[in-house]
Amino acid sequence: MYKYDAIDQQLVNERVAQYRDQTNRYLAGELSEEEFRPLRLQNGLYIQRQAPMLRIAVPYGMLSSKQLRKLGAIAKRFDKGYGHFSTRQNLQLNWPKLEDVPEILAELATVEMHAIQTSGNCIRNITTDQFAGVAPDEVIDPRAMAEVMRQWSTFHPEFALLPRKFKIAVSGTEQDRAIVQAHDIGMEFYQDAKGQTAIKVWVGGGLGRTPILGTVIREHLEWQHALTYCEAIIRVYNLHGRRDNAYKARIKILVKALGIEEFKQQVEAEWLHLKDNPNTITQAELARVGQHFEAMPYENLPAHDASFDSAIASNPAFAAWVKRCVHAHKQAGYRAITLSLKPHGHAPGDITSEQMAVVADLADAYSFGELRASHEQNLILADVKLSDLFPLWEKARAAGLATPNIGLLTDIICCPGGDFCSLANAKSIPIAEAIQMQFDNLDYLHDIGDLELNISGCMNACGHHHVGHIGILGVDKDGSEWYQVTIGGKQGNDASIGSVIGPSFSAEEMPGVVQRLIEVYIQERTAEERFIDTVRRIGVPPFKAHVYASKETSNV
Amino acid sequence: MSNLIKDNAIVADEWTRVTPPVLGEETVRKQAGKVVLFKLTGEETFTAEQIAATQIPEGKVLVPFTVWQANKDKLASRVAQGEVGLLIATHEAIEDVMAEVKDINAFALVAVYVERFADGRIFSIGNLLRTRYGFKNELRAIGDVLRDQLFFLKRSGFNSYLIRADRNAQEALHSLKDFSEPYQGAVDIAQPAWRRTNR
Ligand code: HEM
Ligand code: SF4
Repeated sequence: MYKYDAIDQQLVNERVAQYRDQTNRYLAGELSEEEFRPLRLQNGLYIQRQAPMLRIAVPYGMLSSKQLRKLGAIAKRFDKGYGHFSTRQNLQLNWPKLEDVPEILAELATVEMHAIQTSGNCIRNITTDQFAGVAPDEVIDPRAMAEVMRQWSTFHPEFALLPRKFKIAVSGTEQDRAIVQAHDIGMEFYQDAKGQTAIKVWVGGGLGRTPILGTVIREHLEWQHALTYCEAIIRVYNLHGRRDNAYKARIKILVKALGIEEFKQQVEAEWLHLKDNPNTITQAELARVGQHFEAMPYENLPAHDASFDSAIASNPAFAAWVKRCVHAHKQAGYRAITLSLKPHGHAPGDITSEQMAVVADLADAYSFGELRASHEQNLILADVKLSDLFPLWEKARAAGLATPNIGLLTDIICCPGGDFCSLANAKSIPIAEAIQMQFDNLDYLHDIGDLELNISGCMNACGHHHVGHIGILGVDKDGSEWYQVTIGGKQGNDASIGSVIGPSFSAEEMPGVVQRLIEVYIQERTAEERFIDTVRRIGVPPFKAHVYASKETSNV
Repeated sequence: MSNLIKDNAIVADEWTRVTPPVLGEETVRKQAGKVVLFKLTGEETFTAEQIAATQIPEGKVLVPFTVWQANKDKLASRVAQGEVGLLIATHEAIEDVMAEVKDINAFALVAVYVERFADGRIFSIGNLLRTRYGFKNELRAIGDVLRDQLFFLKRSGFNSYLIRADRNAQEALHSLKDFSEPYQGAVDIAQPAWRRTNR
């Protein structure tokens, strides 16, 4: 993975000094609450219900074992001994003290980490596929470009105070796993007819209050122009995006209001001026960054391993884990694995300091000392030998990291919700836990198969509920907490936004509602169909009928 | 003491800012509507009456764009003598301003007024003035200008900053040096880090 040189290190060190000074000025009363706000936000510090929340950047989800150990130590020393992986591949601490943050940043800087631009109205962490570099369906490893873009966007002077936050995702696979269509800018790398790396550029996607999938603004962009083209898009947005109403300030609203044709024309006109400026990426720079992402020193291994095969045959629990948590790899004899941060009955994405230390050890022992965070809020070891899977599983299981539920109903994506977040309409974590307990039977879970369930505590949609096969949204009705349910949302190349099935439910009803949805699916599915396929084929009405029919009878 | 930073030092402000008088109780604010749908609404704008009633004193004057526009001919000789600065607000579309201004370098000073700290349009406007419209003279940020914008303003082509009156300009000076090696090319340093040094 990318290693800092003197320039990178100096920049994060200077950032620590700058932020320390800003915090001191605030604590001394020289900066008002309102003036300190954008400064702390640009540094990932929210003030929440319980305490401040600090979001630490994990650029495109890549972490070294050393960094994870440091995160664990920080969570222990400055927080309550755990952290939370978010849907944007970052790590959040829920309980740090405002006055400790400069010290936390100083600690982070020692392992080449920071919290720069993890919130606030600026370009945020650039996200990508958690299997970048190892996925068999990958056309182009997007990480070198993601790193080039990370550097370019860090303290970009022109885009320091945008109308609203700005999220960029990059992807280089046939099957999109980075939800490029749900980002302000999505960049899909591909090989063009001449065998050159090209980019399909999407713009104006975003979830939140007004969920909109992105539109293609350019089918073909040569990779050299990635930065200048983004500059053109963001400049048009910076100058013309709305600033009077935070709910109408995202680029998606501008694109919708102008229409993609007009917006595109403005961007292209701007780009004529910016094209070929010094931020145009050179082959040399891409190669310099790219050498940090070269393939690992893999051994030449056969495609099969006898010890692995026999462990599967003799150990059903291991076999179940392999089925859900082990993923194909470019290199023969290797696999990527997901460590589930979704044990049943716990807050999705949470991980203790002790678990972080275990994962760091596993990464060192089995996966070249590196790991990734996924936007599904799990951790990935990307380069594990087949013969190491069994011992790895045993250790992961002992640490509570081997729930075989990846991609299943209980692999719930969930925002912090009302337990932590001051914007929430309703709690989300207890709903996730209740649903996980309802479906605690693993055989049943495996029978239900692939299913994505997403929960957000309010329409800001941090839990991506719109693109969940089942989406749950916390709503406020006369001051009490209710939940609205959507089905049919999907991420990926054929992304869609879910449809509301009807009036909302109380918290107690929710596990039963999900149960009813599953009953319809089990009844109606064909042999090959996943839940989402059945929803797409038969539509919402049968699901709706069954869920609400039961509601009436139970009310009588 | 002056609160004006120019280049890297605090200097006296030689310019008098011209502000149209308030007539009556009501200030006119930009309305949300079809035409201005994408502009920040709610900023103060000047009515024709206000513009007509504006007094322009002797000496070096910083004149709002709309006031200059209404007094173009009268001010021409003073512009030629280097006595007129042009004041643009961030909600005024820079391309519309430039369509009126034939030679931007005729102005010894262009100032961009930012009403709120969080309004980052000022950065794009500065960049455009320098790189697209070739402005070479003093480019000043005024309004809600605090030390934490300075580094970005400098990189966007500004070379003078009128720090908000209740803040200490001396302290603000430090922020011009917050970061020593920026990553990306911008107005002040056009080359990105990887073109400047052998990384
Ligand atoms: C607890 C503190 C948090 C607060 C106050 C907060 C606030 C917000 C707000 C206000 C938005 C909507 C912005 C907009 O649409 O313009 C948003 C969006 C989002 N948040 Fe959070 N959030 C928090 C935690 C999280 C966490 C823990 C995650 C990840 C698990 C997360 C992931 C996201 C994502 C992915 C979006 C984007 C949805 C979109 O594309 O519009 N947030 N957040
Ligand atoms: S979706 Fe709403 S409740 Fe959940 S974290 Fe985001 S802002 Fe808070």
